[in-house]
Amino acid sequence: MASLEAVRSKSASRTRWLLISPAVLVVIIGAIAPLLVIVTYSFLTPGPTGGVNYTLSFDAWTRVLFDRDVFDDTLTLSGTNLEILLRSLLLSLATTVLCLLVGFPTAYFIATRNPLNREVWLLLVTVPFWTNLLIRTFAIQDLIRNEGIINTLLIKTGFISEPIQMLFTNFAICLGLVYVYLPLMILPVYASLERQDRSLLEAASDLYARPFNVLREIIVPLAKPGIIAGSILVFIPAIGTYVTPILLGGGRNLMIGNYIEFQFGQGRDWPFGSALSLALMAIVMVALLVYIRHGDSHGHEHG
Amino acid sequence: MKLTATSAALILGLSTTVALAEGNLNIYNWGEYTSPELIDKFSKTYNIHVTQTDFDSNDTALAKVRQGSSGFDVVVPSQSFIPTYIQEGLLAETNPGQMENAKNLEERWRDPAFDPGRKYSVPWLWYTSGVSVNTSVFKGDINTWKVILDPPAELKGKINIVPEMNDIMFAAIKFEGGTWCTSDKALLTKVRDRLLEAKKSWLSIDYSGTLKMASGDVSASLDWSGSALKRRTQNHSIAYGLPKEGFTYGSDNVVVLKDAPNLENAKLFQNFIMAPENAALNSTFAKYGAAIIGAEKYYSDDMKGAPELTIPDDMKSKGELLTLCDPKITQLYSRIWQDVQK
Repeated sequence: MASLEAVRSKSASRTRWLLISPAVLVVIIGAIAPLLVIVTYSFLTPGPTGGVNYTLSFDAWTRVLFDRDVFDDTLTLSGTNLEILLRSLLLSLATTVLCLLVGFPTAYFIATRNPLNREVWLLLVTVPFWTNLLIRTFAIQDLIRNEGIINTLLIKTGFISEPIQMLFTNFAICLGLVYVYLPLMILPVYASLERQDRSLLEAASDLYARPFNVLREIIVPLAKPGIIAGSILVFIPAIGTYVTPILLGGGRNLMIGNYIEFQFGQGRDWPFGSALSLALMAIVMVALLVYIRHGDSHGHEHG
Repeated sequence: MKLTATSAALILGLSTTVALAEGNLNIYNWGEYTSPELIDKFSKTYNIHVTQTDFDSNDTALAKVRQGSSGFDVVVPSQSFIPTYIQEGLLAETNPGQMENAKNLEERWRDPAFDPGRKYSVPWLWYTSGVSVNTSVFKGDINTWKVILDPPAELKGKINIVPEMNDIMFAAIKFEGGTWCTSDKALLTKVRDRLLEAKKSWLSIDYSGTLKMASGDVSASLDWSGSALKRRTQNHSIAYGLPKEGFTYGSDNVVVLKDAPNLENAKLFQNFIMAPENAALNSTFAKYGAAIIGAEKYYSDDMKGAPELTIPDDMKSKGELLTLCDPKITQLYSRIWQDVQK
């Protein structure tokens, strides 16, 4: 009997392994193997016209944090790298916060419609995804450039006499990022709001909680998993973003994604590019761990 | 009568070459840079099916070709990259310099330093690098890098820089009185300070920035000859200046890969585009000059006699063929350029 049980569980576990093996294979080929290549590259020296030379070097890693001065060879904390990294962090944090501020009310609005209409509203949220990101970004360019729609309208109606420089600023990058990533915030927040038990809200009102308190004490804590998921979904792609800073930032305000691309292109320094992307990954990972742990403990307090 | 004669010749041409060269040709070229008419004519003449793939930078193209078995037959890199292709043994020695149509090559491009004797490459189109200026905004001298590196008040905040590191570093080094590929630190300090100061007057560092010249968002830009010509046809107050401090000229070139699946067809293509009427199709499409004698006759009307497509005699000595610097120096330059871009 016992041996039959063992055989059965053995074959069950084999089936399980067989079933997940395609996924495991994809992860190994698609994520782990390239990552190993990048790790290896980051410890090599740059080849003369791109590529790498197979000599061990820690130079790329040193340069992530320190600058060897071009002119007198002294090591200092790298102003360029830190400035670019800081800008990327701030812009993607601002994007996340703005997405939350706009996305939460939107999600709440949709979640409180009657079930038939919800489908329509959700469909509307996904409509922007039907058009290519590049095209939408070019459209934003046309909205906010100096001779663009907004400035022309404002000048024609006499609100301003000189066009406001909006394109090619940090504001433009932020606007573009919020626009692009907003659905990624709305959808998970909606999912968590929709599941909420309406009767809890009624109970709170019956117990004389003011609307603001209902929001703060009940709705937001219960929606926390959705808010966390949405923030992660927005923050991570935003920090590595590449197209938006080029088209809306005008290349004057590089973000880390553009900086990494430059190393693999014109900069011809693949090891440094590899080290930079690994550093970025490490930062995102640490930020995530801190965020999730914090979110968890908070949830338990209320739970 | 004439029509029937040409069509007869065409049919005759077809029937003789069909058997010779049926098959495919895979072209790897810059985007928006290949005349569809040229491709059409080539495939009809030789009954060859042509496939095109685009790249957006020399570095991308080189990286892909270097991996091997890319499946491409011909690639069109800039001349500064040709020595690398040759040294790394990526190219088939097709000897286009000895081909039938090689007699049409312009003197300047017949025996270039990047491919002595034209053993590997055929010019596609050629260009100069200078400045485009909206002359209704700024009326002063435009034959100087000063326009973008030490700009007059009228142009401040309306300047675009094309993010090609070599072009902008060349401009700044020449403006400070240096020579290209210099490692003179005192001079490079001045170059860096100059660029950092000039950046305050720049609106954008963007490839598509020149497109905004016609609408007036941008009033001056680092630019290339053919691009400048396009801008002028859209907005007649845009003019193109070749800086007297020194400017670069260059060309993109058709090379055949060593592992080309259709080597013979690729050779046919190299010879084909050296014919004036064919080269002119390309020029008319991309608005850059063909490096082929007699092509001008076949240019579209807006290109005939266009000032952007020639180097005036008094400027000839100021032009330099753009080369890639030593890797150490490139690294130095890219550090400076990154400091400027951040």
